[in-house]
Amino acid sequence: MSLGPYASFIVTSYAAAALVVAILIGWIVLDYRNQTRRLRELDRSGVTRRSGRSAMDAS
Amino acid sequence: MSLIDLANPTRFLALTARVLPWLAGATVILLAIGLYQSAYAPDDYQQGATVKIMFIHVPNAWLSMFVWGVMSIASLGTLVWRHPLADVAAKAAAPIGASFTFLALLTGSLWGRPMWGTYWEWDARLTSVLILFLMYLGLMALWRAVDDPSRAARAAAVLTLVGAINLPIIKFSVDWWNTLHQPASVMRMGGSTLDKSFLIPLLLMAIGFTLLFVTLHLAAMRNEILRRRVRSLQMMQASRVAFSSEVGAGSRQENASTGAA
Repeated sequence: MSLGPYASFIVTSYAAAALVVAILIGWIVLDYRNQTRRLRELDRSGVTRRSGRSAMDAS
Repeated sequence: MSLIDLANPTRFLALTARVLPWLAGATVILLAIGLYQSAYAPDDYQQGATVKIMFIHVPNAWLSMFVWGVMSIASLGTLVWRHPLADVAAKAAAPIGASFTFLALLTGSLWGRPMWGTYWEWDARLTSVLILFLMYLGLMALWRAVDDPSRAARAAAVLTLVGAINLPIIKFSVDWWNTLHQPASVMRMGGSTLDKSFLIPLLLMAIGFTLLFVTLHLAAMRNEILRRRVRSLQMMQASRVAFSSEVGAGSRQENASTGAA
């Protein structure tokens, strides 16, 4: 597979796409961990939902 | 499980927990096949190997508009049907849509330099997509600026629906104005003008990126539901603390007045 004289433009495009998608995935995973950690802390401190169910329910 | 059942955030969370691993797996497989096909696609007789940039530029450009379309439907859900997950869907989609739009602009620019001789041209298609990107950023800023999610949701829904006017402008800009950007070659009356050797990798990448959006969107919606749950529990905790300190102050005052008597 030869990319010809414009290889740098092609490689930069694919690398940028990979980087942006990786940042998006990383951000969503970290956000999920952050929210579940905060919910667990609230659960431990005895704060429950009005329904009486655990804050972690179905999460 | 009916669509109405998904209006319940707890049921929605249970569904995402089951569906997300399958969606993520399907996305990885499709993108891997799409990337393989893109790598071994032949060079175009005019563009040479730079045609490979199209396999990521075009799906991102399609998705930049598709995501705004999803947000517009969700905004109708917020304003008309008051669906409890509508504004969650709209808010979760915005950063993903902004990322796809950014990639469409960046990869288009990287393709434009060798093919047009310039990274940027203020023509109708490029400018209208740049406006779309700025609208995504504006919407994300609006969500962050207003504390109460339900108040932010209504304002954001109106802005999203107004911004939807830009979608047909982007789509038809290449027909309405004389632009540097080439006209539609896949979604057009009379069928695609692309050869199969380019069309197949392009469609595989487009389906792969669409699945990526669905996966990331569901995951981001799940995070947003959990964020709102955290917020409401923290408010409940704060009101309990305020109430108990008020009760404490009241009983101390009562004791002091009894002692004085």
